[in-house]
Amino acid sequence: MWAYIVRRILATIPVMAVVALFVFSLLYLAPGDPAAVIAGDQATPEDVERIRASLGLDRPYLVRFGEWVWNIARGDLGISIFTNLPVSTMIAQRVEPTLSLCLITLVLAVSVAVPLGVVAAWKQGTLVDRAVMGFAVLGFSVPVFVVGYLLAYVFALELDWFPVQGYTPFSEGVLPWLENLVLPAIALGGVYIALIARITRATMLEVLSQDYIRTARAKGANQRSILFLHALKNAAVPIVTVVGIGMALLIGGAVVTESVFAIPGLGRLTVDAILRRDYPVIQGVVLLFSFVYVLVNLLIDLLYTLFDPRIRY
Amino acid sequence: MDRRTFLQATAATAASAGFAAPALSQGANARTLRFVPQANLANFDPIWGTQYVVRNASVLVWDTLYGLNDKLEPQRQMIEAEEASSDGLTWNFRLREGLRFHDNEPVRARDVVASITRWMARDPMGLMIRAIQEELVAVDDRSFRWVLSKPYPKLIYALGKTNTPICFIMPERIARTDPFQQISEYIGSGPCRFLRNEWVPGARAAFERFAGYQPRQEAANWMTGGKRMMVERVEWHIMPDAATAASALQNGEVDWWENPITDLVPLLRRNRNVQVDIADPLGNIGSFRLNHLHPPFNDVRARRALLMAMNQEDYMRAIVGNDDALWKRLPGYFTPDTPLYTEEGGEILKGPRNLDAAKRLLQESGYSGQPITVLAAQDQAITKAQGDVTADLLRRLGMNLDFVATDWGTVGQRRAMKNPPGQGGWNIFFSWHAGADCTNPAAYNGIRANGDGAWFGWPNIPAVEQKVAEWFDAPSLEEEKRVIGQLNRVALENVVYVPSGFFLGYQAWRRNVSGVVKGPIPFVWGVSKS
Repeated sequence: MWAYIVRRILATIPVMAVVALFVFSLLYLAPGDPAAVIAGDQATPEDVERIRASLGLDRPYLVRFGEWVWNIARGDLGISIFTNLPVSTMIAQRVEPTLSLCLITLVLAVSVAVPLGVVAAWKQGTLVDRAVMGFAVLGFSVPVFVVGYLLAYVFALELDWFPVQGYTPFSEGVLPWLENLVLPAIALGGVYIALIARITRATMLEVLSQDYIRTARAKGANQRSILFLHALKNAAVPIVTVVGIGMALLIGGAVVTESVFAIPGLGRLTVDAILRRDYPVIQGVVLLFSFVYVLVNLLIDLLYTLFDPRIRY
Repeated sequence: MDRRTFLQATAATAASAGFAAPALSQGANARTLRFVPQANLANFDPIWGTQYVVRNASVLVWDTLYGLNDKLEPQRQMIEAEEASSDGLTWNFRLREGLRFHDNEPVRARDVVASITRWMARDPMGLMIRAIQEELVAVDDRSFRWVLSKPYPKLIYALGKTNTPICFIMPERIARTDPFQQISEYIGSGPCRFLRNEWVPGARAAFERFAGYQPRQEAANWMTGGKRMMVERVEWHIMPDAATAASALQNGEVDWWENPITDLVPLLRRNRNVQVDIADPLGNIGSFRLNHLHPPFNDVRARRALLMAMNQEDYMRAIVGNDDALWKRLPGYFTPDTPLYTEEGGEILKGPRNLDAAKRLLQESGYSGQPITVLAAQDQAITKAQGDVTADLLRRLGMNLDFVATDWGTVGQRRAMKNPPGQGGWNIFFSWHAGADCTNPAAYNGIRANGDGAWFGWPNIPAVEQKVAEWFDAPSLEEEKRVIGQLNRVALENVVYVPSGFFLGYQAWRRNVSGVVKGPIPFVWGVSKS
């Protein structure tokens, strides 16, 4: 097991290298000029040129790439072109809100979607099943920002239950922290709930038709233990896989959700950096996201062994 | 620890953490002004980065030698007195007593000299002064002398103007930073300290009243007079989404929103706790730049064809909607309702539009159907609106369109390219100028027509430059008005750029906030909260 984990962690190095090369090249080739954005709309072409030179953006591709890789190897993600702050500092400022949002959304989504999927499979073909699947279609179809605005209108503006926007750090109290995250997590969780509920239902339907379920029924096991002990545990591997794959969905959705609810997270940092062509920040954040995604996949692989003892590494 | 104990401990920790949340008392709330700025404060060096949002934050932190009042007249601010020699070549300045930086060091003349020197390197007027500067020296701690080789009547105006970059006064060690490098220390001379530790670019910035600031005795008037802070703390909450900002203002989560979009203004007006009014009476001038280097717009007839055919109302309605209080036709280049405003030579933009005559003029210019490359940034509402209207206009004129719908970052890069349009260059891009920049030619780079030195599009029209030079030398307001009339005429005859109209924007604030004034900058001094 440990050898497997070490092997997988080492395997992330070439993956990250390819991501790094891809991201750097893409940004190099992409149109847009941070010097022009910094100089402002009233700047002369000479001003823009001087700023470009001062930022080192006039140097050849290979020189810049080599320097960047060397710095990353030493744990230095560089300095933001715009804020003059280290990229690692900017990321550190933004990690907590995004992590909190993703965590709450994950907990909310799994705790709502799995029971919904199980119930839908159990009540296949009934009104309950159709309602759950209808909800899933809705979750897939309605964009995150629409859900966000609706939630903010109803629960913040009309009912005044939650704040419209912002983020309170966990260190300032659990309740204020949660207050700011409830609406964004529901908005972001919609599509995630839909995805997990559908997969849970489909997998459960397959498992429920297996011989060992019939055996369990024959032995007099009650419905709850059949569903949640015998069936769900055997259906867990595909569900956990989808939860892992859904992390990409979550990260993508966080970009929109953080904008709608003005949460100062990594998603907004990424969008701001892209719009301004703040290359070091974009590169740092994309590398971080890639690394997180690789780690989540590793975690999912390890979780398989918990649910299915036949899987061994 | 068994499961029950663990759960009890977790619940107790969570509950205590929840109760431990710092509650903002009513008094503390009234002492904090929560403001939603027009954009993200992505950097904080008003000389290095000349975006308006940086300037607007900087006026809180750094003071100026002079400032402009609401009549656009420069008034003393950090300066106690100045004296010019009879030939206008030697200027002696004396600083007010008791001026302090935020590290409690006194403001000395050598700080001022270093600050002016850094500013001059980045400012169009500063560069003109630098070209005729013989000497700029600190005489003693409170006095400095400026010697020129040629009189520069607009010297005081240059030091007090609100256009970016403003000549802010910083400590000498900071002001010695290369003007093309960012400063990394934010020791100010203004009414507020910048709380660097609380700065999260893209999300939040905070400022705290500086107790050691010495306001002038006069009442505050725009950038002049006593800048008295009525709140202890100013928080900037950056909200990229207008609907979120509107909701936060209605909900009382923020107090003042600098630039609500016009679509949301009716919603805000319906809220009895919110007040809406014009933000900046100097407004903005919409513009589209034509590339004077390449056909067809290297021919003045093609440029005039556009003026003849365009309807400014189309542009303005696309930008501000149907609120007629927000726009005006602009048959000229200068800001309406300011002393130098003129419509001289503006007939081509008045009256019924003549598409047929414009088509004929275009044909005479030799236009033969080549694609017109139009750069339209879609992430800026103003440029997108102008792009859409212009695309329709060009089609109606029978022109072939190469419409490049892109983002502002790409336009910023591509507009600097002088290649022919088919090889990475362009024919048209869109922008707008703050009305405060267009009250005279001092900081109005859009009106300049000095070829390679001009703004993007590179118009080369010596007659325009001649009039700009005459304005700089004009000794009286009457003379300035005469020259500006001629400048307006010659600039329109040659179509330096296409003015698409004059438009205003709104600002909105909670009714428990008082002291908000209209101006080119959201002036926070004098604003209080109950």
